[in-house]
This record gives sequence, structure tokens and C-alpha cells, in this order.
Amino acid sequence: MNDRIADPWGPRTPYGPSAPGADDAVWPERVDTLLEEGVAEDDVEAWTRAASILHSNGDAMDIAARGGRIVGVRGRADDRVNRGRLGPKDLYGWQANRSADRLTAPLIRKGGELVETDWDTAMERIVAHSKELLSQPGGWGRFGFYTSGQLFSEEYYTLGVIGKAGIGTPHMDGNTRLCTATAAATLKASFGTDGQPGSYTDVDHCDAIALWGHNVAETQTVLWARMLDRRRGPNPPRMLVVDPRRTPAAKEADLHLAVRNGTNQALMNALLHLVIADGRYDERYVREHTIGFERLRTTVADHPPERAAEICGVPESQIREAAELLGTSRRLLSTVLQGFYQSNQATAAGCQVNNLHLIRGMIGRPGAGVLQMNGQPTAQNTRETGADGDLPGLRNWENPDHIRELAELWNVDPMTIPHWAAPTHAMQIFRYAEQGSVKLLWISATNPAVSLPDLPRIRRILAKAGLMVVVQDLYLTETARFADVVLPAATWGEKLGTFTNADRTLHLCDKAVEPPGQARSDLDIFLDYARRMDLRNASGGPLITWHDPESAFEAWKECSRGRPCDQTGITYARLRSEGGIQWPCTDPSEPGAERLYSDGRFNTDPEYCETYGHDLTTGAVDSAEDYRAKEPHGRAFLHAEPYRPGPELTGPQYPLLLTTGRTVYHFHTRTKTGRTPQLREAAPDAWLEISAEDAEELGVIEGDPVWVESERGSVLVRARVSGIRKGVVFMPFHYGYWDHGTAGPDGGRPRAANELTVTSWDPVSKQPHFKVAAVRVTKATQTHGGDIFESDFGTARGGSPVLAGPAAGGTTDVEED
Amino acid sequence: MQLAHYIGLLHRAEDALASALREIAEAHADEHDIAHICRMLAGQCEGHVERLAPFAERYREEADEEPERLHSELFRGRRQGGLGLLRDLHDLYLMAAECDVAWTMIGQAAQGARDTELFAVVTACEGETATQLKWLRTRMRAAAPQALVVAE
Ligand code: SF4
Repeated sequence: MNDRIADPWGPRTPYGPSAPGADDAVWPERVDTLLEEGVAEDDVEAWTRAASILHSNGDAMDIAARGGRIVGVRGRADDRVNRGRLGPKDLYGWQANRSADRLTAPLIRKGGELVETDWDTAMERIVAHSKELLSQPGGWGRFGFYTSGQLFSEEYYTLGVIGKAGIGTPHMDGNTRLCTATAAATLKASFGTDGQPGSYTDVDHCDAIALWGHNVAETQTVLWARMLDRRRGPNPPRMLVVDPRRTPAAKEADLHLAVRNGTNQALMNALLHLVIADGRYDERYVREHTIGFERLRTTVADHPPERAAEICGVPESQIREAAELLGTSRRLLSTVLQGFYQSNQATAAGCQVNNLHLIRGMIGRPGAGVLQMNGQPTAQNTRETGADGDLPGLRNWENPDHIRELAELWNVDPMTIPHWAAPTHAMQIFRYAEQGSVKLLWISATNPAVSLPDLPRIRRILAKAGLMVVVQDLYLTETARFADVVLPAATWGEKLGTFTNADRTLHLCDKAVEPPGQARSDLDIFLDYARRMDLRNASGGPLITWHDPESAFEAWKECSRGRPCDQTGITYARLRSEGGIQWPCTDPSEPGAERLYSDGRFNTDPEYCETYGHDLTTGAVDSAEDYRAKEPHGRAFLHAEPYRPGPELTGPQYPLLLTTGRTVYHFHTRTKTGRTPQLREAAPDAWLEISAEDAEELGVIEGDPVWVESERGSVLVRARVSGIRKGVVFMPFHYGYWDHGTAGPDGGRPRAANELTVTSWDPVSKQPHFKVAAVRVTKATQTHGGDIFESDFGTARGGSPVLAGPAAGGTTDVEED
Repeated sequence: MQLAHYIGLLHRAEDALASALREIAEAHADEHDIAHICRMLAGQCEGHVERLAPFAERYREEADEEPERLHSELFRGRRQGGLGLLRDLHDLYLMAAECDVAWTMIGQAAQGARDTELFAVVTACEGETATQLKWLRTRMRAAAPQALVVAE
């Protein structure tokens, strides 16, 4: 196999429809395999079915095991998602499972130090504290659960029931809040419930692809391979990219709009302005299937392209060209990610992409799809099962009937289920911990000490006296170093469960090997907690009635029954024999739904919808009466919102706009990819991308150490002069301190981008603004940094494999966990 | 004609609301969403004040002495902590409600006076005030259980 560090997408297998508009394109297979040195395919003792856990694409694969250890992976040719391909993180990342620093025993804090203990002691410490907290009035409000986008459905669902029906706390969220909360928010706002309308096979049939703040070449390499293969085959699609950085996708595109970060809504309004002004919308579809067109039309009327050109910092001619491309395509595929979601007016701008598809009638048919992407492999699952700020089964917290359904299913008093307001979002949970009302913060499979904004503040919160921090993870992460109890967890390949990718495809992930030492699956840990807490239902029986992954999946399926994410037709056996199946799937003999809303009927009926809506400017919640008065009758909502400047603007003190993101070689907070030799070597250290003009003004050349400072903190990294737009700088945000043996800079060299980012979030999705912090950059000198100037820099390599090269305006966008 | 008094009332109520919003944004700077949105809403209120100014001017000539006790004062300075925040939002709500009702009265009067210009201003602004109320309610509803039941 070729070097997939140098070439993350692998060789091309061009394909396309035989004629424009034909539906006969089939993506050819290409099976990617990587086995440990010295192991041949014949030496493998068992191949176990799995899917990728290092991004959201859902690449299906088999894990190779020999002698009780994982020795490699192989893509599954028969799967609809990847047709055998694997990305570099999938190919190399499994090695992190057997890293020497895996946690193999629980730890508890004694005399200020974390020391090894046994499961009984660790769990009893948590349970004793939990019971004490629960015994007082308002006890539920002292618990916060902060999870991940990397657990399985069975685990999220179990935790969701423990939290929402057992303890009765609304303080449950996941790091998906940082990642895909806006995807969920726009899908609910436009279509009534969560769930992607589109399918990855839309790549096969489309005639135009628009990537909205989505650096797909680095975040979902296999999806990008599919797009590239279309671009190299017959009747290729045109491609538009919106991103302030010159990413690999931007280089490939026919048209790249390098907008100033924070101005997406201004651009979208101008594009819709032009599409409507030129009459390039489907009048009949608008009339029959949508609500709100007049308001949309008048709102975007105030946003002509010349105004957007000024706000966004791109030529007006490019905006017109983009509108032409979008307006003349017959089958448009849009994908949206962090450049929109982690930026100013996130939900409003994401909804504008939905609007574009709605007014052009480009939804629910081959090639005409919207993918409001996820970043993490199991981000969709938290939303389905309710371990994040949603209720299970995409239910509406404001609909008493939905609450009653859950209460009946779980056999609990409806009053137990917290539904007096929207579930508490992650930033608010941390705020309650900061103020002292949350006294137990249980963090599973995520690393907020690196991934949340304004790290100096987060470290202060995690270290607070009176807050018990429980961390459940594979390694002693930066966050785990703050914990009072650390629980060693099993991971992918060491446990069994299911998960859903961004296009609603469920995969099963089987157990290939035993977890190290005493590590346990997250499901077993949650089940153990429920048992020790003696959580009961209204009849006095145990609240949790399942005991292993398959029985948990069956329980979850019941909860999904009748809802848009209905999975009652799916079984473990089917997932094992057929591979990926898309929801909804209610019939064991049916394949599952490739696309949603093909009939132009949306999930907006008041009894069925997941939300009654929000004001996009403030996040104010609409009432059920407001909603009913709109009489949606299955029509989709067109939302409109004028452009407003972002929460933090540049000024003389901090003249540059920082955008942050991930690149192709790392994932999450590098907890796994930093422990994978090839991926670590490829990008060993953080860096700052800066435009040639800004670099020259600052007297900085490639490789110079620079200080980057914001109102919150500073970092010291090397500069890379890249094709980013002038006035904007970029940092990858997943570099922390675990490999320096600490939880923070602690007097060493600060390098985590989130030392700089601002505590601020979208009013509707509550997703933090990682892409709009004001910073200044100065060349570092000996005196400036004192001792830490000399400390170990990695080399300045790493990051995007195609960064170099000038560009008029750069771009970007990426993600974080 | 007494319309000037109500325009004056609204004018002052919007002005007071704007300052209260700015003060609360300052006072609760650690509640980042509240600080950010309060500043944005203060800007809206200041816009309302500006748009009302010419009408205050226009109707003043036709007005009698202003009756006593037309004005009420709600906000008397910020408070601290979770409970203080709730109470501050509560005050803002009452102040915004005063504006909301006044918009309705003035809208009615504008129609009675056949003043289409004033009516247009009312139509443009009263929606923003309604959203302000809705946001304050949303935020208070979310904060109340933790502030009233959980926090010490
Ligand atoms: S890197 Fe980004 S998209 Fe990916 S999981 Fe993290 S937050 Fe989400």
C-alpha cells in the first residue's frame, strides 16, 4: 500500500454517471489494508467486524487479531459507506489501543495524589458521594454528566436513562456540543426533527458539490475520496468551497470563497438574494412544501452581493459566480461543518444552507442532498439516545405527550424526567460547576481540559475544591489529572456496540480482543453504577432492566419505536450479515431509508416535531401555541436572519482573527492519534498558519517561534507561512500537554489553541465559537519567553499535507471535540 | 391630546431598559450568553429610543401637563450570584413588559391619530420587544430550578 501519511486519500478509482442526470454511477471498490510488520493476511486468526471511531464517516472495516492482540485493519468492500477504503487515522490509529500508558486499574485521589485502587473502592467512593448529594433537596441538580461523541448507542442510552429517569438531572451533555450541536439545531429548525435528509450516495449522482466550512479532505478522507473519484470520472460535478483557509478541498474546487471568518451569514444571505432575484427557485415546491418564504425574501433583499463582498472580504464577482453555480445545478449536494458550526451565527447560517435546498426543491432525491455533518463517529448516537442535550428518540422536551411516552417506557413518574426547560448545555454545566451548585462532574471519553474554550478557566473549574471529578477514559489525559476518581475504560475493538454515522447508517462494532488489565466497557461501568445506586422504577423494580450490549440495544430500539430514528427493524444479526443499515428501518426485511423527505413531507407536525422553534438571534424558545399557530402541516421552515457581527472583533490590541481546527493527522485531543507512531510523527506539534503578508509585516519567517496572545492567554508555537487569507491566522486545536506529563502549561510552553479561544456560543445550538477569537502575534525572542523559549518544540512539520502555496484569501475550517 | 405622555413614557422606559441591560451585561459578565445578548438587546432599545424621538417632539406641542405617577421605576441596581441573576432578569422582564404594553397603546393611538409614520415605527419595533420578553422568559425558566432549588 502507498504511504497514506503522504497521500491520505490513496489512489483514484474514477467513476460517474454514463450521461448527465443518469443514476447508474457505482463507486468502485478499493480495499485498503494495513497489517503490522511481519504479519500476512494468512497469519490473522480472526477478522472482527467494526467501523471507524476516529471520524464521523462510518467507514466499515474488519479488525485483524492474532494472539489476543489487534494486528491490523482492512476496509469492507461490501459496505455502502466506504466500499473498502480506509482513511489514514483508521489505518494507523488502532495501535493506540495497546499504548503502554493505557489505564489498567481504577485510580482514586489520596492525599492529593492519584493512586491505584480496585473497582469496588473506586465505585463506592462515587456512589457514596452520589447518594449523599441526592439525599438533599434539589439533589438532582448537583450532578453533571459530560460525555463524548465516541461511545456506543447502548452506552449512551443507558447513561441517558440513569441520568434522566434515575437521578432526574437535566445536566447531561456531550462534547458533541462543541462539534455537531449546530447540525442538530439546523435540522430540527428546518425539517422538524434531527436526521440527515441526504445520503453519501448523493455524491454519486450530484452535478454540483458545495462544501460550507467543511474541510472534508482532512476530516472525512474517504468521503473526500468519493468526491475526488467523481471529479476524475465522466460527467464530474462542479465544486464550491467556502473557507477562510486554502485547504486541500479549496484547492480542488472550481470556486473558492475565502470569506473572513465570522461572516458566513452575510455570504449566505447574498447567495440566497441572488438565487431568488434571478428566479432560480422552485416556486411550486416553495408554495407546497415550505413556510416563511416572504420573510426570507425580504430579509435577503437587504443583503445584496456588494454588501456581502465588503463584509466577507471576497470579490463580488465570486459571489455572483457562486450563486450561478448553485442556481444552475440540477442536483446539488451540500455538506456543512465547523467553519459554519463553530462560527458566528452558526444556526442561522446552517439553516440558510437548508433554505437553499428547500427553495430549489433539492431534497430527498438522488444527488440532491444536504449533509449537516457530524465530526465524531458517534455524535448522531448521543442525539438519538439522549445522553446529550436532547431527549431519546428525538423527542420534544416541551411536548407533554413525549414525556409521558418516556415515563411509561421507563415506568417512572413523569415529574422525574427533567423537562422544565431545554436540557442544560455543556458550557452551562461547567458554569454551574464553577459556581458550586454542580458538585459531581462525571466526564466520559472526552478531554475538556484541552477541548473547551478558554482553558485557563476550565482548569480552574476542574481543580475547584468541593467538586468531585470522575473521569472515565483510556489514558491519564489532561482532564484525568484533575480527577478524584479515574475509571479505566475499554475501547473500540475491546467491547461491543452499535453506532450511527452522519448519513444515518448504523454499524456494529464487535469485540476483537480483551481490554487491558481491569479496564471495563463503558456500558459495564454505567450498569454497575445503576446497580450500586439501586435506581428503581415506579413499581420498585430495577430502573435498568438490561445487562449487556444486545439487551441494551433492544431496549433502545423500543425507545426509538414510532420516532423518526426508528430502528426496530434492525438487529445485531442483520448488522453482522448485511453491514451498514440506514435508519429509519422498521421492517426486518427492508433495507432502511436511503433519503428522508422524498415526498416533500417534513416532520413538522406539532405532535411529532422535536422542537417548537427558537428565535435565531437570541435563542428565545417559541411556545407550543406559537408553533401551532404556524400550521406547518408537514411543511419545512425557511428561516431568515440578518447578518450581525460576531462576539469578538479585532482591534488595535488584538488585530488578527484566529480560527482553529483539526487536520488530517489528529483526532479528538490527540488522545489516540498522539499515541499512534505514524500520525504523531506526521504532526508532532502545534503551529500557527499566517499569511505571507502578515508574516512579512511582523518580520516573521517560516519556522520562527511566535507568541500568539488573546485576552484569555497565550501560546508559543512555530509559524508556518501558508495560503490563509490576510488578517486571519489558524491553529490546530488539539495539542495539549499529556505528552509533557502535565495537565496544562504549568510554567512550560503553552501550545493549546484553546488557551486563546473565547467563551461564547451560538444562541440556539449553544455551540462554542472556536473560530472567531481576536489575537496578536509577535515574533518570540529569548527575553520574551524566558526559559520556556528553549523548551522542546516539535519540528514545524505536520498538518495539512497541501498547505503550502500562495492564495488570495485562505480559509478554513475544521473541528474539534 | 395625551399621546405625548405615552410616547414620553415609552421613550423613558426604553431608555431605562437599555441602561439596565448594559448594567446587567457588566454585572454578570461571567454569564457569557447573558452578557452578550443583553448588550445586543440594549442596542435594540437604543434604536427604539432614536426612532421615537421625532414623535416625542411632534406631539409634545399638543400635550397638557404630564399627569403625576405615570412613570414607574423598576430597576434599582444589580445583584449578585445565581439568585441575584434571576432577580435581575426578572426586573428586566418587567421593564420590557412595560415597553411592550406601551407599544400596544401607542400603536392603537397611532391608528386613532391616523399617523402612519408612527404606526410603522411601532410595527417595526414591537416585534423586537416581544422577542426580548420571550428570551428573558426562556433564560429565566432555564435558570430558576438551579437557582431556587439547588444552589445554596
Ligand atoms: S474534531 Fe471536530 S468535528 Fe471532529 S469530533 Fe472533534 S469537534 Fe467534532
